[in-house]
Amino acid sequence: MEKRVFFKGWLLPLLLIAPQILVSAVFFFYPAGQAVWQSLFIPDPFGLSMQYVGLGNFKYLLSDPYYRASFFTTGLFSILVTLVSMIPALFLAIVADRLIKGAGTYRTMLIWPYAVAPAIAGVLWLFMFNTRVGVVSWYLGNLGYDWNHVLNGSEAMGLVVVSSAWGRISYNFLFFFAALQSVPKSIVDAAAIDGARFWRRFWTIVLPLLSPTTFFLLVVNVVYAFFETFGVIHTITSGGPQQSTTILVYKVFADGFVGQDLGSSAAQSVILLVVVGALTVFQFKYIERRVHY
Amino acid sequence: MTLPTSKPQKNPAAGMVEKRGLGIWLSHAIMILGVLIVFFPIWLAFVASTVSQPEIVSPPMPLLPGDQFFINYKKALLAGINVPVGTMLTNSLIMAIGIAIGKIIISLLSAFAIVYFRFPGKKIFFWLIFITLMLPVEVRIVPTYEIIAGFGMLNSYGGLIFPLIASATATFLFRQFFMTVPDELAEAARVDGAKPLRFFWDILIPMSRTNIAALFVILFIYGWNQYLWPLLITTDPEMNTIVMGIKQMFPSGDDVADWPVIMATSILAMIPPVIVVISMQKLFIRGLVDSEK
Amino acid sequence: MKKISIGALAVSSTLLSPIAAYAETEVHFWHAFTGRLGELVAAQVEDFNTSQDKYTVVQSHKGNYSETLNAGIAAFRAGEQPQILMVFEVGTATMMAAKGATRPVYEVMAASGAEFDQDAYIGAVKGYYTSTDGDMLSLPFNASTPVLWVNRDAFKAAGVDPDTDLSTWQNVDKTLTALKAGGSDCPLVTAWQSWIHLENFSAYHDVPFASKDNGFSGLDTELQVNGDAQIAHLTAMGQWAKDGKFIYTGRRNEGGANFRAGECALFTESSAGYAGIKSEAKFAFDVRPLPYWEGVGNAPQNTIIGGASLWVMEGHEEEEYKGAGEFLSYLSSSDVQAKWHQDTGYLPITAEASAATKASGFYEENVGTEVAVIQMTAKAPTANSNGLRLGSFDQIRGIIDEELEAIWSGDKSAKDAMDSVVTRGNPLLRRFEQANR
Repeated sequence: MEKRVFFKGWLLPLLLIAPQILVSAVFFFYPAGQAVWQSLFIPDPFGLSMQYVGLGNFKYLLSDPYYRASFFTTGLFSILVTLVSMIPALFLAIVADRLIKGAGTYRTMLIWPYAVAPAIAGVLWLFMFNTRVGVVSWYLGNLGYDWNHVLNGSEAMGLVVVSSAWGRISYNFLFFFAALQSVPKSIVDAAAIDGARFWRRFWTIVLPLLSPTTFFLLVVNVVYAFFETFGVIHTITSGGPQQSTTILVYKVFADGFVGQDLGSSAAQSVILLVVVGALTVFQFKYIERRVHY
Repeated sequence: MTLPTSKPQKNPAAGMVEKRGLGIWLSHAIMILGVLIVFFPIWLAFVASTVSQPEIVSPPMPLLPGDQFFINYKKALLAGINVPVGTMLTNSLIMAIGIAIGKIIISLLSAFAIVYFRFPGKKIFFWLIFITLMLPVEVRIVPTYEIIAGFGMLNSYGGLIFPLIASATATFLFRQFFMTVPDELAEAARVDGAKPLRFFWDILIPMSRTNIAALFVILFIYGWNQYLWPLLITTDPEMNTIVMGIKQMFPSGDDVADWPVIMATSILAMIPPVIVVISMQKLFIRGLVDSEK
Repeated sequence: MKKISIGALAVSSTLLSPIAAYAETEVHFWHAFTGRLGELVAAQVEDFNTSQDKYTVVQSHKGNYSETLNAGIAAFRAGEQPQILMVFEVGTATMMAAKGATRPVYEVMAASGAEFDQDAYIGAVKGYYTSTDGDMLSLPFNASTPVLWVNRDAFKAAGVDPDTDLSTWQNVDKTLTALKAGGSDCPLVTAWQSWIHLENFSAYHDVPFASKDNGFSGLDTELQVNGDAQIAHLTAMGQWAKDGKFIYTGRRNEGGANFRAGECALFTESSAGYAGIKSEAKFAFDVRPLPYWEGVGNAPQNTIIGGASLWVMEGHEEEEYKGAGEFLSYLSSSDVQAKWHQDTGYLPITAEASAATKASGFYEENVGTEVAVIQMTAKAPTANSNGLRLGSFDQIRGIIDEELEAIWSGDKSAKDAMDSVVTRGNPLLRRFEQANR
């Protein structure tokens, strides 16, 4: 660490940091602690009483095949969203990188989906695939394929994956594009002069140089798929059909606020806490390494 | 910690070397196709918001805009379905700006305190702040809801804003930035006998202008696109934000959805974030790529 | 911020209190009705408000039945609950178990001094909401029972006689085949699949849905929906789904839109579908009793009610409870009940209203509207046909819906699906039991 200059006094900094600490204490630490505490009880829906059950909620969850399935669903969903959003983004970034003029315009157009909230994206895609009025489902029907994501679990999963990944294509594109633009031209030119063809140059030189960005985007996209896609699931499938699109964060909501089983919901929050904590520690270990690039 | 962000080079040796004629046209074609595909859902929503309900309910709907633009948008803005969309837009605006400004202010103050002062408990506070990076609001929704209810802050702007500024991501980012500010500046201020707040106000803040602006864009989008939290704490439709209110515009019975109004609402919901992102594009991208959060 | 304005409000309201005493006491009423039903409720409220000047009822619609119940529960936790909450029948166990959250209706009525006679209410209707001591805990508001709706024009178009006897599922089976062969795209559609084809099915055939008298006599009840009768019926329906004779459109009342648009020939749905069908259908239609399987169990026993009742929530002022009592009494009055019954197809909740409707010749003029009443009251209920009182039942219905959907899509056999319902649903019943010990 560099030598730092410090100002004198301790009262001022405490005052300056107070708002942050206060807000975090009241709206972050206290609720997080409460979630851990509540996970040991089964409260009645009206909040009038609580039954202590120790680890009972956790036992119940881990023996519930639908909760275990939710882990699998979340994992599958995250992987699919990441792939579907990163590959087209990388492809478009590569193509855009080859252009001198116009890249900026394309980038401006491609940013739009980033600004669209996941829930709105859900509504847009639902509209296209709606079983009664959807344009795409109508054309599919004409081609002989009966689209019904209300009944078909795979179609439902496909639809939520595409809706969630759509907005992320922009985000990933921006990063890939910036990374490609900063690849030292000298290295690439040298390889070209040596006779290496485009794809060979790409695989052996550019892709390895992209790997920090790729890795970073992988982690960020997974976290996005875990949490920020709640809006998509809620607007399109509500976790159905038969819970085939119930990701972990959706289940916390469904069990707690719809099913009124607050004990189970709190226990699920705690488990998610552990999972996310692990992911973040992992991500930060990576970021630490990044600093030295 | 930053990715080197060079501007797209304009000399012919940029990119991946060869720039023969056919390659250029193909690249443009691919980009245009990519943009069209990515843009299609937005386009379709726009068209749907300009035609009448019967045209949508009997597929296939037209693919070019109709003439109901003013009627539909007026209906959406003034009447909506359960609450005027104009009201929802206002709520979203207040919430998004509140979150962005609130978070920026408290994090500037606390980052300044952490970087430029020594005070008791500093290390503890720093780690506490670090921990809040780990947990998105979805993991602590149930107890946070109860705290807000306990304060009587349901259906209030305070309830919408405060829990979402509790995590200290912005503090962390400003801390990273302040660490890169040359020591000499602070040293000079100290030698001049200037009070710390002078230094903060006259030197540090102006230096952070671009970071503040970039962060404003990111936080505005983050706040605007919130879904789960507003969904839980607003029981009065008058307090709906436009992104979460959209789901409630779908009928809960078996009535047909009023698609033109819903689509008009979707378009209105994405306009402010798109404007913010596009107009501050360069800044925003730099902030995004630099901050990697 | 709100806190500051609340403070200011508090100060100014105390200054204004002599005037405030003259303002009307507000009674908030949350319900789940939209469309035609919503308009009728709004009219009733308007009527009550103009008929007297001590109380003002403020009605608001909170979503569908589940959403309304959840909104009420969430509001209670936040201290913002309404005085009167509409809760659908499957939420009864939840409401009954919440002793500190609700105030029994018979107590509210007694305290308010409004007109109230528990014996005036029809037994089969109030039974769902009555304690074992015979006291009414909530007021039945809209009670209906499933019936069979027939689109006569669709029958004719497919070349099938619309007067075919459809009283047994055996006959319906043959008719569906004929309809399909005659070109019908949608021979049978249903609403509320769990309520009609499992809950009511069990009661109608006098087979148990759950142990302990369907939960009436104990919290330690277990599901018994994987009985032979239920499995046989669902197997038949699964086959119809496969053959395109039964079209599945959704868990709630999505099928109503299809039927009212004239797309389907037969529709199993609540008798209260009458309001919507009468106003929207552009075809001739019949109301017939719900079919039963000849020779199975004790069929036909009686069907059970669906719908909702009105609960009074704790945590309000005495004056507000008086107002609530007056409003509930108003809703039970014979004229209001008779009109509600005739406009909507919901059952009249008092014997007086039923008699008044009969006397007015309504049933002769509107053939078929008496079907529901007869179906519910023809036989005295057995332990299997009194209704259901199961905790977490909204969630259990969700499980049932999921498993039924697996049957319709061909993913599971009826037996596997029902066994799965039992395996998944019983832990929820145990958790409910634990939470309410």
